[in-house]
Amino acid sequence: MIRANNISKSFGDTRILKNISCTFEEGKTNLIIGQSGSGKTVLMKCLVGLLNIDEGEIDFDNRVFSKMSNKEKKNICKELGMLFQGGALFDYMTVEKNVMFPLSMFTKQSYSEKLDRVNFCLKRVNLENTNNLMPSELSGGMTKRVAIARAISMNPQYLFCDEPTSGLDPLTAGLIDDLISEITNEYQTTTIVNTHDMNSVMNIGDKVAFIYKGELWWEGTKDEIMKTDNIELNDFIFSTELTRRLKK
Amino acid sequence: MIRMFGRYLILMGEVFRKPEKGNIFRKQLIVEFQSLGVESLGIIAIISVFMGAVVAIQTAYNIDTPLIPLTMVGFTTRQSVVLEFSPTIISLILAGKVGSRIASEIGTMRVTEQIDALQTMGVNAANFLIFPKITACLLLNPFLIVISMFLGIFGGWLACITTQMVSSQDYIIGVRYWFESYTIFYALIKTVVFAYIISSVSAFFGYYISGGAIEVGTASTKAVVYSSILIIIFNLILTQLLLT
Ligand SMILES: Nc1ncnc2c1ncn2[C@@H]1O[C@H](COP(=O)(O)OP(=O)(O)O)[C@@H](O)[C@H]1O
Ligand SMILES: [Mg+2]
Repeated sequence: MIRANNISKSFGDTRILKNISCTFEEGKTNLIIGQSGSGKTVLMKCLVGLLNIDEGEIDFDNRVFSKMSNKEKKNICKELGMLFQGGALFDYMTVEKNVMFPLSMFTKQSYSEKLDRVNFCLKRVNLENTNNLMPSELSGGMTKRVAIARAISMNPQYLFCDEPTSGLDPLTAGLIDDLISEITNEYQTTTIVNTHDMNSVMNIGDKVAFIYKGELWWEGTKDEIMKTDNIELNDFIFSTELTRRLKK
Repeated sequence: MIRMFGRYLILMGEVFRKPEKGNIFRKQLIVEFQSLGVESLGIIAIISVFMGAVVAIQTAYNIDTPLIPLTMVGFTTRQSVVLEFSPTIISLILAGKVGSRIASEIGTMRVTEQIDALQTMGVNAANFLIFPKITACLLLNPFLIVISMFLGIFGGWLACITTQMVSSQDYIIGVRYWFESYTIFYALIKTVVFAYIISSVSAFFGYYISGGAIEVGTASTKAVVYSSILIIIFNLILTQLLLT
């Protein structure tokens, strides 16, 4: 379980996150939704420690991030996997090298052990036999899947995904959502997913937090979300013609 | 400006750490030797030969009294090439070629979140990305400059015998005349300092990009401009310190 306790973050004079308190549960896909620019990515980067928060506390299973020594922080890093919005694959390495990278960096495994693990992870995301492709040769969906494979290569306890389905067609997006949710159930990870995609919310939203202009505006499950009378949330959900018609 | 220097120092503090894994560092170093050094050989060769040729022709052209022996052409060419043209001009060229490459490579990794990815894995990204590049430049540039010196002097010889202004023999006597090994030492010290400036300043501008593709372009321009200016300034300082 990851807990954010009253965290705030500003860039210069603009406050991006305003006193957000939220918990993300183990074995569930916890969604953070909100309009583009509402602060989802900033919130996620604060959670994983890429950005320093101005106020508040973040704890990983009762280990408070801000009170940790650098060494402990580094150990937490090894327990978390992150999928970035654009995939963030290392573009001078093959798919295999990308997925193997954390293993080479942090384990003492032999090459064949590492290769087994890489092949296992690639198989898990349905990308067998792509080992020698370069990132520039991959489609959008494949890039995301390789990035997932890399994120899970170290068997993380915490999985972070920043807009895993953005830029993908609905079918591929669905596959990625399913993958994330399966991995979460299989390994009981604490999974946090940023998205503005209502399909994802309906597919995998075990728990949903709605961020509005940097504030936590609403929390609930995917079933509750359809019945809410929160105005801003309703505006967000029913922003497309399709969803409006469905509501009628 | 002072803030920028502060951030530069902080970054260098991150860079100069022991690499996480020695064997990975060595592999990276070889890659950098290839991309920062070997690939610059062509342009260095061309520029050095022509530079030496021009210096020789100009010197020969300016000697119009029989009181100055023609061996002066070889001597002057050697001195100019060793003291100034090879270490400084070639470093400026490398600032353009290698500097922009380092800045755009690291900058691209920043804007595509590859640096963030490294950091979430717990890798010290500054050390991982920048240390091999600085090390490669420090080790390799002296070799490049020595090659450039030989080619420059060779270019001068070529110019002399093709224009028949100076005989091959006179030129070679001149080149060997009054040679102090201290000049080589001075040139190599300059080269190493310039190599450090090029690699670290360019890496700095790449590392702290925020934004997108346009910023990558801006950063690599800045990298070249700043490292060139610093090279010129340090050239003066080092010359003052070492030659007077
Ligand atoms: N490094 C930064 N410096 C300054 N402002 C930033 C930075 N990162 C994000 N922002 C601002 O924070 C706001 C939220 O951004 P972000 O979290 O990326 O939104 P999204 O919800 O689309 O992921 C935006 O207005 C953005 O301009
Ligand atoms: Mg975002």
